[in-house]
Amino acid sequence: MDMINLKIDGLDVSVSKGTTILEAAKELKIDIPTLCYIKKLNEVGSCRVCVVEIEGKRGLQPACVTNVSEGMVVSTANKTVRETRKNILELILANHNRECLSCPRNLKCELQKLCNEAGVDNVYYEKKALRSPVSASLSIVRDPGKCVLCGRCISVCANVQNVGVIDFAYRGPQTAVTTPYEQNLSENSCINCGQCIEICPVGALQEKDDTDKVWSAIDNPGLHVVVQVAPAVRVALGEEFGMPVGSNVEGKMVSALKRLGFDKVFDTDFSADLTIMEEGTELLDRINNGGKLPLITSCSPGWIKFCEHNYQDFLDNLSSCKSPQQMFGAVAKSYYAKRADIDPAKIFVVSVMPCTAKKFEAVRDEMQVNGYREVDAVITTRELAKMIKLSGMDFTKLPDGTFDGILGESTGAAVIFGATGGVMEAALRTVADILTGKDLQDIDYKEVRGLEGTREATVEINGMEIKLAIVNGTGNAAKLLDKIRAGEANYHFIEVMACRGGCINGGGQPIILDKSKTEEVRQRRAEGLYGIDRSKEIRKSHQNPEIKELYADFFEKPGSHKVHEHLHTHYVKR
Amino acid sequence: MGTSVCNCKSEKFKQLELIIAEHKDQPGSLIPVMHEAQELFGYLPLEVQTVIAEGLDVPLADVYGVATFYSKFTLQAKGQYQINVCLGTACYVKGAQLIIEKVADMLKIKVGETSQDGLFSLDATRCIGACGLAPVMTVNEKVYGQLTVDKVEKIMKEYLDTVGRDKNANA
Ligand code: SF4
Ligand code: SF4
Ligand code: SF4
Ligand code: FES
Repeated sequence: MDMINLKIDGLDVSVSKGTTILEAAKELKIDIPTLCYIKKLNEVGSCRVCVVEIEGKRGLQPACVTNVSEGMVVSTANKTVRETRKNILELILANHNRECLSCPRNLKCELQKLCNEAGVDNVYYEKKALRSPVSASLSIVRDPGKCVLCGRCISVCANVQNVGVIDFAYRGPQTAVTTPYEQNLSENSCINCGQCIEICPVGALQEKDDTDKVWSAIDNPGLHVVVQVAPAVRVALGEEFGMPVGSNVEGKMVSALKRLGFDKVFDTDFSADLTIMEEGTELLDRINNGGKLPLITSCSPGWIKFCEHNYQDFLDNLSSCKSPQQMFGAVAKSYYAKRADIDPAKIFVVSVMPCTAKKFEAVRDEMQVNGYREVDAVITTRELAKMIKLSGMDFTKLPDGTFDGILGESTGAAVIFGATGGVMEAALRTVADILTGKDLQDIDYKEVRGLEGTREATVEINGMEIKLAIVNGTGNAAKLLDKIRAGEANYHFIEVMACRGGCINGGGQPIILDKSKTEEVRQRRAEGLYGIDRSKEIRKSHQNPEIKELYADFFEKPGSHKVHEHLHTHYVKR
Repeated sequence: MGTSVCNCKSEKFKQLELIIAEHKDQPGSLIPVMHEAQELFGYLPLEVQTVIAEGLDVPLADVYGVATFYSKFTLQAKGQYQINVCLGTACYVKGAQLIIEKVADMLKIKVGETSQDGLFSLDATRCIGACGLAPVMTVNEKVYGQLTVDKVEKIMKEYLDTVGRDKNANA
């Protein structure tokens, strides 16, 4: 490979041809600040925060999009560069609603960090944001007055998620990132995935805050408030309190929820096990009885909405199972209400989710049980952290609590739902036992694990060959479905999660301040989940004692009439 | 809505499909297609943008972004009387801003809008090369120069009288 030799800040470095100055500087452990740049995703060179001086060139050049050349001499922090960078940041601030103290991104904001590091100590321009007012959908809040026009959200939405509902519009000082005709995101094909929030460097995008609803339910003595927590929350929540990425904080989280005043602290892992009972049965039924294949998972509401908008010919392939969040609500307001002898009208179900699309899912028309909304309020991992901070607990010092029965027991199969490939693996564990009639011990399906966007595998169980595909990110799902449409691929079972990496990287998870660490963070959160799985005594959904009890007591058996009434749903063309 | 309207509209949409088919799969086809669509419809309403987006398989947000970026594209039907007030430097320093505000005020529309009855549309343009006459305004092909607020008020009154619009009625 052709190597290029150059000098950066007086240090020699030799890198391969086609490397950017930014990357070359990294080799020397020189961190050139960036704002709009995200490797491979948004390399547009628009913000100019990364400018450097190149000897012999007039003006400064953006390091993120300028390739190295032989003999180049680069300065990344001389007086001109420092002053220019500071000036660029000041100009950005001039058109930015500076309200750090009340901003959802305070302390996790890239702009704040950049200004601090560049020594911005004065803003010479009048504060004025020329843009449209804040607009909120059920999941996403956009505040154009804080947008720095980096274009990252546009790239994620169009190129990773294949949705493309936002783009630059207008020109000059009016330039804005917006939807066609400034539609609210709930009026178009936005899937509420929140991936734009995760990639946004500032507080211009955030989830719709529902903590008020939760506080007032807790404060209402007439309500029995129960909470469920999704698998991926417990390996990410700790980050909000300075704990290492991927730490399992399940016990502390349960204690915190109890102290917040929830009457019962339950686990979405319980209903994830329930989902496997139903989805596993559905898979076998479709394979054995000539049902529609491939069966495609339905746990991820962003994916469901994507399919409803763009792949309507696959709606019958979607599993009719409600997602674990909704199954939980349905069971809480029927079975649990009966067992605990509480009027379901008085039960208020709160979900803590790594996901912004769950807020939308909870208010879908179909998601009702006996006339009650299954889930009454959904908050994200970030919102839960906010509630914990507000109540003054020292989270890191909390003792380990345990989930309440009869909706709190779970297995290793359930917890891995939070990572791409997890639902598939959980289903295989149960399906294999059913097909062989044995209690198999070899249950680590490593072939379906990993963080790649698209994975395929074939497993053989008791002479039956099952062809599988796993995709994460709706853009990858689209590519796979296109192949199936074209007759170039076929499977029995496909797992789709709307977000890259699965729920561990959902739109409601703690913000990763240093975006270049995103991959690594996903990896560590996923490892956290597989670690919990390994530590569990029971690792297959059908062996969950509380699930067995639920069927014996209430539902009879998977796929029964009552189950269909409570736990299954249908989809609509949008 | 009368069917006659629909028919002529669907005729145009058929033509639009042809335009799209012709450019499809060519790189950089968005702007030419939008350009032809604008000539066909006179403007680019949401329905037209949607057809283009779907036809070329680009997000609607992209089409909207391009439509709002280039001033040659317009999102609203132009009025029977298209009024353009030059806001180029020469006109601007001679008070064109006051002129355009006066017109907007009398027509009860904002710059860039078309009155609901479809009679008037008002736009600000860049220099039209008639700086000697600054400030300048055009109504369709007709040019009015060396305007003052009083003069423009008289001119607009005449137009409003011609179309028989009650100046106090809401447009
Ligand atoms: S986006 Fe960042 S800089 Fe702007 S107000 Fe919020 S925290 Fe402050
Ligand atoms: S939530 Fe997802 S689909 Fe909606 S705008 Fe953001 S990235 Fe796009
Ligand atoms: S909303 Fe956020 S990600 Fe999108 S352009 Fe603005 S600052 Fe960048
Ligand atoms: S980071 Fe290089 S131009 Fe924005």
